[in-house]
Amino acid sequence: MHLDASPVVTLTSVFKQFGRFAALRGVTAEFTSGRLYAILGDNGAGKTTLLRVLAGLAQPTRGTVSILGTTKLRSVCHELGYMAHPSLLYDEMSGMENLRYFARLYGISDLTNNDPTQKDEGGAANMTAVGLDPALARPVAQYSQGMRQRLSLARALLNDPKLLLLDEPFSNVDSGSAREMVLLLSRLRSAGKTIFVVTHQALLLEGTADEFVWMEAGQITNRARELRPVETR
Amino acid sequence: MSKSSAVPSGVTGATLAKDLRLEWRSKDALNSMLFFSLLVVVVFSFSFDPNAEESRQIAGGLVWVAFLFAAVVALNQTWARELRNHVLDAYRVSPAPANSLFLAKASGNFIFVAVLEILMTPLFIMFYKLRALGPAWQLIPVAALGTWALVVNGTFFAAMSLRTRSREIMLPLLLFPVSIPALLAMVNATTAILTGELSAKFWIVLLSTYDVVFTIACLLLFELVLNAE
Amino acid sequence: MKRVFPILALLTAVLLSCALYEALVAAPTEQTMGNVQRIFYYHVPSAWTAFLLFFINFVCSIQYLVRPNPVADKLTNWTVIAIGIAACIAAFVIRPLPEGIEPSSVATTGLAIAGFYFLIRKCFSQPRTDALAVVTAEVGVVFCTVVLVTGPLWARPVWGIWWTWDVRLTSTLVLWLIYVSYLMLRRFSTSGQTPVLAAALAVFGALDVPLVYFSIWIFRTQHPQPVIGGGGSIDPRMLHVLLINWLAFLCFAALVCWSRYRLEILQREVEETQALEALLEPRSSR
Repeated sequence: MHLDASPVVTLTSVFKQFGRFAALRGVTAEFTSGRLYAILGDNGAGKTTLLRVLAGLAQPTRGTVSILGTTKLRSVCHELGYMAHPSLLYDEMSGMENLRYFARLYGISDLTNNDPTQKDEGGAANMTAVGLDPALARPVAQYSQGMRQRLSLARALLNDPKLLLLDEPFSNVDSGSAREMVLLLSRLRSAGKTIFVVTHQALLLEGTADEFVWMEAGQITNRARELRPVETR
Repeated sequence: MSKSSAVPSGVTGATLAKDLRLEWRSKDALNSMLFFSLLVVVVFSFSFDPNAEESRQIAGGLVWVAFLFAAVVALNQTWARELRNHVLDAYRVSPAPANSLFLAKASGNFIFVAVLEILMTPLFIMFYKLRALGPAWQLIPVAALGTWALVVNGTFFAAMSLRTRSREIMLPLLLFPVSIPALLAMVNATTAILTGELSAKFWIVLLSTYDVVFTIACLLLFELVLNAE
Repeated sequence: MKRVFPILALLTAVLLSCALYEALVAAPTEQTMGNVQRIFYYHVPSAWTAFLLFFINFVCSIQYLVRPNPVADKLTNWTVIAIGIAACIAAFVIRPLPEGIEPSSVATTGLAIAGFYFLIRKCFSQPRTDALAVVTAEVGVVFCTVVLVTGPLWARPVWGIWWTWDVRLTSTLVLWLIYVSYLMLRRFSTSGQTPVLAAALAVFGALDVPLVYFSIWIFRTQHPQPVIGGGGSIDPRMLHVLLINWLAFLCFAALVCWSRYRLEILQREVEETQALEALLEPRSSR
């Protein structure tokens, strides 16, 4: 599946404006499936907005977005996994409880196992994969920021999505766990998933990412397979 | 792990169960709401102190205004948990239908406000020495329909006011004008039952119509409101 | 179009002065109420104008919500046509009609609803229906305020009370409250999709008003209240003055709405241009 070179995401002249502020200015790009893309750029470059547009959370002011062959994003939303700056989790519930609930939103009911002694295969596996203990009964409010990030990633993986959109997954994560997350992403990519990672820590993805994409002032300014030490202007 | 492109079912139930479980666990909102309701009853009792005969005439209005205040405070925290970590984004990204979320939240609010009413009613009966001269059982459909009328629109406008400044004042501002016919029906039905002078039938029919019309309107328009950026 | 505006302004000025003269001087003095009754010539046309403006707002809100979705759009079109036809049929089939309602007025109302709907649909694009909605809401609130102020001013000397919960006054009050909350929503909203939220509120308001009317009507049959204005027939000379005043008010409303609409469109164009400029100029990175 990872040899399939068909475009999984196509952006055509996408503009996104918030009043007078233009977050995206005419972004036109194609992204093929089974690749890991690292999106880099300064704050305000439009990286988060780009991810939100792809996730269907923001409607482009102009232009079209095509994902998995369709412009009706709602029909493919079950193939998307999204992770953002805020954790998108309930602080008052434990890790597994959060995952069980969000699994229900995707129609995954074999996770909803009210017997605490029985292991929920999928959810537990997700948590272990990101380096968290599924048996942890602590509410998420008491997690460290890094743990919250990892649980958020586990949530994004619940529905086994074909397209992963991750906004700063490594922020506040210690380097050891970050490296493990990168390994996980690499495994997911090898399994055929397309992954977009917005990050300020480009070095973490050196050698793993298939392509680096630089954004500035709402446009894609450069794309390269190698991470150069100096960003082009 | 099963996954399909079909619309997931059982989301309403799962969301409602989660909300009830979280509310039970923290009991923060519940406790403060219960105490607030008690305070409202006491304040009203000091402000309006009629004898038993008069009390039946005005009790309908008093009780429902008190319930309305309690309901507004409850409705204002409908989306509080979802706002904290932008959980609504996770909901919007998933294939779960917007209406399931709405029904779950509205039902949760209904249960919440009903609990408050069940607490406040005996206090009112006590302080005002109330006794129903008409068919007392009719008070139950009146209370149920009336509470749903407040809660269904309240949940909708609470979602609308998420996109405004001064969120907490916008909710009652939007809710009260639209709720006036329902309020009139609730108060008059309750007074009719308490005094036994008139039939509450018309009011119950009006309340049912109101509930049906606005539940449909909310279900049709909620998705637009949820996805308004 | 630009030449029509001054002509309309002139016409309005003439009509308003004419109507003022008629109302205050020429119209016959009412038997029981005396000269105070003349306030009726401001109270009633203001009410009719306000209702018309709010109706236009409702139509615009529905169109704004429905037009982007082709299925919903078609459904609504057919529903409106059905309403027009049903009104015509009902006017001549339903016997007897409730008192005071003529068959011709039922048919005209149904046809007018359909007519307004399709006229607005033809003349205004979807974004512009929102502009029209704002305008009619604002001007409608002004006229509605006039109704609510002139009502008590009339009632006090004549019936000795400032206010009564009769059907018409209460419905007007609720309508006023709904549209004030509509304007507040528009002002306080931080969303980029304020028109959608406001349109949803307008739909809720429109669903609410018949329920208010009906609920007060039931309330009144259970607890009879004094009726402001009274029903019954009206002297033809008074009717003539009333209609002239209404025409004058309509022209005035059209004038104000038109100015406000032009202002609103211009404001939106300025914002769009500024947004486009922001797009084109190179942005310095923060």
